[in-house]
Amino acid sequence: MIETVIPIAFTLVALAVVLNFWRLLFGPDAPDRILALDTLYVNTIALLVLFGIYSASNIYFEAALLIALMGFVGTVALSKYLLRGDIIE
Amino acid sequence: MSLLGLVLTIFVGSMLAALVSRFGRLHAAWLSGVVVVVALIQLLFLMTPVIDGETTIERWSWIPTVGLDLVFRLDGLGMLFALLILGIGLLIVIYARYYLSERDCMGRFYAYLMLFMGAMLGIVLSENIIQLLIFWEMTSLSSFLLISYWQERSDARNGARMALAITGAGGLAMFGGFVLLGEMVGSYELSVILDSGELIRNHPQYLTVLILILLGAFTKSAQFPFHFWLPNAMAAPTPVSAYLHSATMVKAGVFLLARFFPALSNTPEWSWLVGGAGLITLLVGAIVALFKHDLKGLLAYSTISHLGLITLLFGIGTPLAAVAGVFHIINHAIFKASLFMAAGIIDHEAGSRDMRQLNGLWKYMPHTALLAMVAAGAMAGVPLLNGFLSKEMFFAEAVSAATYLQLGWILPALVTLSGIFAFAYSIRFIHDVFFNGEPIGLPKTPHEPPRWMKVPVEMLVALCLLVGILPTLTVEPLLRIAAGGVLQAPLPYFDLAIWHGLSPALLMSLIALIGGLLVYSLRYPLFRLHDRFEPYVQASKVFDALLRALHALAAAITRHTDIGSLQRMLAWFVFSALVLGISGFAAGDGILRGPRTTLPLDGVSLVAAAGVIAAALATVLLHRRRLLSLIVMGAVGLIVALIFVKFSAPDLALTQLSVEVVTIVLLLLALYYLPQRQLPESGLWRRARDGLLALAAGGGAALLSWAVLTRPFTSISDYFLDNSVSGGGGTNVVNVILVDFRGFDTLGEITVLALAALGIYAMLEHLSLSGPTVDRRGRPWDRDVHPAIMGSLTRILLPMALLVSLFILLRGHNLPGGGFIAGLVTAVALITQYLANGVRWTQARLPANMHPVIGVGLLLATLTGLGSWWFGYPFLTSTFSHMHWPIVGEFELASAMLFDLGVYLTVVGATLLILIFIGMLHSGDDTEHKPAGESA
Repeated sequence: MIETVIPIAFTLVALAVVLNFWRLLFGPDAPDRILALDTLYVNTIALLVLFGIYSASNIYFEAALLIALMGFVGTVALSKYLLRGDIIE
Repeated sequence: MSLLGLVLTIFVGSMLAALVSRFGRLHAAWLSGVVVVVALIQLLFLMTPVIDGETTIERWSWIPTVGLDLVFRLDGLGMLFALLILGIGLLIVIYARYYLSERDCMGRFYAYLMLFMGAMLGIVLSENIIQLLIFWEMTSLSSFLLISYWQERSDARNGARMALAITGAGGLAMFGGFVLLGEMVGSYELSVILDSGELIRNHPQYLTVLILILLGAFTKSAQFPFHFWLPNAMAAPTPVSAYLHSATMVKAGVFLLARFFPALSNTPEWSWLVGGAGLITLLVGAIVALFKHDLKGLLAYSTISHLGLITLLFGIGTPLAAVAGVFHIINHAIFKASLFMAAGIIDHEAGSRDMRQLNGLWKYMPHTALLAMVAAGAMAGVPLLNGFLSKEMFFAEAVSAATYLQLGWILPALVTLSGIFAFAYSIRFIHDVFFNGEPIGLPKTPHEPPRWMKVPVEMLVALCLLVGILPTLTVEPLLRIAAGGVLQAPLPYFDLAIWHGLSPALLMSLIALIGGLLVYSLRYPLFRLHDRFEPYVQASKVFDALLRALHALAAAITRHTDIGSLQRMLAWFVFSALVLGISGFAAGDGILRGPRTTLPLDGVSLVAAAGVIAAALATVLLHRRRLLSLIVMGAVGLIVALIFVKFSAPDLALTQLSVEVVTIVLLLLALYYLPQRQLPESGLWRRARDGLLALAAGGGAALLSWAVLTRPFTSISDYFLDNSVSGGGGTNVVNVILVDFRGFDTLGEITVLALAALGIYAMLEHLSLSGPTVDRRGRPWDRDVHPAIMGSLTRILLPMALLVSLFILLRGHNLPGGGFIAGLVTAVALITQYLANGVRWTQARLPANMHPVIGVGLLLATLTGLGSWWFGYPFLTSTFSHMHWPIVGEFELASAMLFDLGVYLTVVGATLLILIFIGMLHSGDDTEHKPAGESA
């Protein structure tokens, strides 16, 4: 069962990554790109976890955890910049 | 009890003095006094074998891999100097407590003073000459701090800078001399060097070594033509002058002469160089001293002159002359310290140091006057005072040296001339200050100082008298031990009697006395003559001119090579790297592709590579729209992290991810102050050139990696993989390398990080910039400073993020993670609070002062390293054991984890400090959001 599901999931998430890249590179505007980066972070987490299940190893999970945490902060910082320019005030 | 402990006592005292002064003005003085007394007691115990004629050598493992050990040596010479340094140091500590005024920071003064004292002790107790040099440089640095103690005064700053430039340059020359000497002898240890006199003197490089080492000694002991820094160093507080010019600093130079006396002396070169410099300095110092109207100026030139005297004695080179030199070191230290202290008292209680104003102080401060007069008598060489005895020996040596050097009467005549002037300036010191009518225009009415300010002077003056009247009972045993340490051979016969019968020396003393009186009575015409010529002959002016020329040269070179364009510098840099790389490659076998077979290409790698290339290209194309290129760069970082994961480097991936976010925050902070849109600044041709260069460099780097990757290659990683668990007790090899195998590198790195953070803090502290009020499209910023959703969400995130970082920190030794990553995660988590909730909100809940965090982190890491010394292992040896805890189960405790905690704290502190202070640069139109720290 899981052998069949993982390649399918992998393909779907990879497709999403490609679409994220489209938004990231072609915008058209800054918020689009920030959102694209954020979604890219989310999809990367998915990819890592899938890869971990596939190779039956949990060594990739910390990276996923850290991306979850750091991706959020990066998005917050970028959004704050759009909003106020000065991010620490 | 050990010599290392003795030196460390003083250094620890220095740190403590700085700390305790927070709790009260006088604490630092008391503490320093107690510490010096403790050190003196230690010295008394350590001295016992030396008194029996032995030399104590103490060895501590330091950097064994380069053959450098901490080796201390206590022999007669070292013992004499240690006694002088600590003994006079104690008196200075007492004196300074009364000298410094309410406005002067006591903690800083005593911390510097003790630092200096420790460095001096290090010099005189070193067996290894490289170690000696390190302490030597420490004295240059700490004397810089002491001389510039009154930082607000420009003469203090200039004097300190001059002293540092001269003594620092001398130290550099001496370093060269020491290295040559060490290579010549085959050892850097004094025991070997002092026994290899024959070998050194017959070596073809003897003269080079001699000149280099003498440069160090002469700059430090203010020998002509390097003498001018000493009078300029008079801008220091008087206790500092008293200390630097009596027992320490300048005496370090003559100490060096005495130390290397058995190894380097007894050649014509030595006699001419050392004797010549000494003689000129003796004369110049004595003559100029008479013309100084400033009390401290007179004493400074007299110091120069007396140091010349000691140098000349060592230059004469006979064992007896060396004994006389050591004797005069003792005597000069005693009377000069007391004279400086007396001058300080006069300055303190009369408000002036100008001898044209100070007259007739006998009536106002008879007690001080008496003390100063006795000390000045010793300086002049009046019988029954200590200066007389060594001066008499000096005269006798000059006479006997003249006979065997076949100089005839020249040497005795010049020496007598210096004696005449020494007498004249000593009389001037006494007569002009304490008699000669009434004071003229003093800012306050002079009076006696506090009781304890005079006590140190009284003790020293008592010593002058005791040594002068009863030399054989007081100073002779000490002199014999010390001179034995200098000569490293049996002592010549000498007799410290006051009356030697009618000798040439006595005649010279008489001539000096009468001549001195005569010169003094003729002083006014001499002053007028001096005033006419003085502007033309000033060594410090020559020095300033040289320095200005050097600055101009450096500026001219900079102007012609660096036009301040980053593009051009980078273009040259990349271009030369390319040329070097290509020529290096062409010189080799020229085959790019190695014999290894390539691994099969898989889909994931292909996609990742395509992604990173696309994102990198986009960054380049979008680089004029800075925000957009920053966003795309975020994607590049992410993919790079994924590549690390793919190639089994989870630690690198975690580090990359954390660094990525910190970078985004940092760049966003900077972006705010940059123009929102950047126009092309360079022409098409130049852009094409730069593009080609960049392509060539990037392509070259790729080809090189290809060449490396396709070749079979064995790295050192197997060693680490094999020894990680057995040697460091951790299964995460990366972390074990960081905290154990290469722990010393990590310690260096976090120190650099801490310094960088403090440097940035220092530069930004009072800077404030104004940013744009509208965004890129001209719309005003949103009025909602901290949107509620953002604020609430990040607050929930904080505990989770801290938990994650704790998790990463604790598991780091065995699984991916560690202090560095955990530190970045914590810093990012805290920064998020600043982002979403503002500086004020966050600082109300979290102390903003990151300096203690950095300090504790560094201290923890260093102490963990030092801890292994305690158990007798080399620095930073880690130890570990496994414990069984209830519930938690098997748990490992490694000392490396404490080290990692230090790394963690330093990273958190440094990152936060940098980001917060860049964030608070904004002056803001909106005063409501000013950071709390700034209004305080």
